[in-house]
Amino acid sequence: MVESLYNVENENPAIWVFLEHHDGVLEGVSLELLSRGRQLADVIGWELTGLLIGHQVASLAEEAIALGADRVILAEHPLLEHFTVNGYVHVAQQALLEYQPSIFLSGATPDGRDLAGRLAVRMRTGLNADCTDLRLDPKTGILICEVSGFGGGVLALIEMETHRPQMATVRPGVFVPGEADSGRAGSLVSLEFDLPPEIIQTRVVERVSGESLDLTQLPILVCGGRGIHGHFEWMYELANLLGGDVGATRPPVDEGHIERQRQIGSTGAICRPKVAICFGISGAFHFIVGIQEADMVIAINNDPKAEIFDHADYCIVGDTHEIVPALIQEIRDWKMEVGD
Amino acid sequence: MSTLHIVVCIKVVPKPEEIAVDQETMLLIRDGVRSEINPPDMNAIEMALKLKDQYGGRISILSMGPLFFADYLRAPLAMGADHIYLMSDRQFGGADTLATTYTLAAGIRKLGNVDLIFCGEESSDGATGQVPAGLAEWLGINQLTQMDEVVIDPKKKLARGRREIKGGHLTLETPFPVVISAKTACNEPRFMDYTIKPWAFEEGRITIWRREDLEVEDDHIGLSGSPTRVSGLKQAPGRSRQRKFLKGNPAEIANQLGKILQATS
Ligand SMILES: Cc1cc2nc3c(=O)[nH]c(=O)nc-3n(C[C@H](O)[C@H](O)[C@H](O)COP(=O)(O)OP(=O)(O)OC[C@H]3O[C@@H](n4cnc5c(N)ncnc54)[C@H](O)[C@@H]3O)c2cc1C
Ligand SMILES: Nc1ncnc2c1ncn2[C@@H]1O[C@H](COP(=O)(O)O)[C@@H](O)[C@H]1O
Repeated sequence: MVESLYNVENENPAIWVFLEHHDGVLEGVSLELLSRGRQLADVIGWELTGLLIGHQVASLAEEAIALGADRVILAEHPLLEHFTVNGYVHVAQQALLEYQPSIFLSGATPDGRDLAGRLAVRMRTGLNADCTDLRLDPKTGILICEVSGFGGGVLALIEMETHRPQMATVRPGVFVPGEADSGRAGSLVSLEFDLPPEIIQTRVVERVSGESLDLTQLPILVCGGRGIHGHFEWMYELANLLGGDVGATRPPVDEGHIERQRQIGSTGAICRPKVAICFGISGAFHFIVGIQEADMVIAINNDPKAEIFDHADYCIVGDTHEIVPALIQEIRDWKMEVGD
Repeated sequence: MSTLHIVVCIKVVPKPEEIAVDQETMLLIRDGVRSEINPPDMNAIEMALKLKDQYGGRISILSMGPLFFADYLRAPLAMGADHIYLMSDRQFGGADTLATTYTLAAGIRKLGNVDLIFCGEESSDGATGQVPAGLAEWLGINQLTQMDEVVIDPKKKLARGRREIKGGHLTLETPFPVVISAKTACNEPRFMDYTIKPWAFEEGRITIWRREDLEVEDDHIGLSGSPTRVSGLKQAPGRSRQRKFLKGNPAEIANQLGKILQATS
């Protein structure tokens, strides 16, 4: 078999987390991985290390230490100001070869996937992508990754015996970030590396970012399907009244009634709200995947045989045109009573 | 200027809604399950076809998998692609990402003189989305992943792509050759052209490559080239729900719903 550049015999007992950051802020999934990484490291008595690559980002190291890292390895260079897969993989490989950690984790974000996908091949090792859970066998130090396939219908556990590092990317939102403790001790180490400018072949022409929309953790998710016939203003009104936000199935997104970021399901967001309310949604497999983790599901559909009712706690057979205005009125009345 | 040569990597997958796990053997039940081209790959095909519409050139479809894939691979030809290459051999089976990308890279090297390689964002059976980056690494070329839009300058041999990111977008530019993955649902794949459908189904449109047709090391392909191992498989737990039907006129229903929502807030 193809051999990895180092293997289980010369690995070091450490879990590494790639610290992704944009605009001077650590990505949410990096915080989540620090929290999970800390738990795994404690179970087996290993070290948790953050790999921080960028330009003038040292201040983020303190944050990573406060969130659980024992050590942060810092690689700074003006050419690393923006993430480019060429530059970051080049530097990350040098760090891995120097320290040879057993495990390397990154978020399953676009940049995290780019980095990990390429780095794994460069290290000649395996990669478990888009994991939904991570465990560590305390006896063997083998990482057990849970991944979901077939649009979320099937779960597989994957592990790797001899190749190192054990690499995984983890889906944002599956772990909960920990509390920062500014009193925690940790060390900061600067990496020595070379970075010939011609390595970076990708030019960042433009990068515009803004407030992000995160529908994954909401108290109330109000979802509209084709059966609300484009009346998303109702969905927004309800969501505002209830302190939640709005999601949609794919057809209204495709038809341009609402932006794609709000699509819920296997090719959209996977959400875990306290309550998901589904208006005019048939309950297709691809959609259900996105609300399976809701504590409670309420469905309104005028077809008593609609599949959605099999996936709902409260089922209402009715026309959205009648139920939605009545519900809006009801909640307004109740808000008035409590003087809200 | 030589003509543009585009490769699109596509995969055939079982329809996800039909797949289940046998609770005793812990194997996937594939009997009677229909297959389809991995839906995100249709977006990759469309992205490639748009460039062919604009600049001419030819499109090769490349796939690795069992021989039955051939039945499903004709559609891209009827949409405007030129030829299909199916890499099929028992020895390729059981490949994880490392072995898959290695083998696909060998196929692309055999094709030679490729400018652009398109992939889907991810495959619905594995959904790892790691093939594009791994493929680019084996080939030692650039990558533009999860692109919503791609434009090229065939004279300067530059590709420029745009990816949506949180609250905005990112535009990247890189020289040919480059692996590009298309963001799922970024475009509307065209229908088959019925006037070229008969041509698409003629013999000779598909070339099958076996192990011996490719320059690969035996210990790098298939199961023996795959460092990762599946140790367990299970059906994702479907949540059981209460399925209580609320009755009444709209006002009465709204009242009951209001109470339920109040109780949770
Ligand atoms: C690869 C792939 C990925 C996909 N990914 C996703 C995804 O991530 N998310 C997603 O949502 N879909 C996805 N889809 C599409 C999915 O399969 C369904 O087509 C989609 O979820 C259906 O949306 P819908 O329920 O809004 O529409 P429909 O299926 O058309 O259902 C509309 C429902 O509204 C009801 N209705 C109509 N009028 C009224 C009314 N006046 N009052 C009350 N009820 C009414 C009807 O009875 C019907 O049940 C994907 C498909 C594919 C092939
Ligand atoms: N066996 C294969 N043959 C051809 N292309 C593939 C194969 N596996 C993956 N791909 C391509 O790589 C993309 C991402 O797949 P994956 O990394 O498996 O999620 C797919 O959308 C395809 O374009």
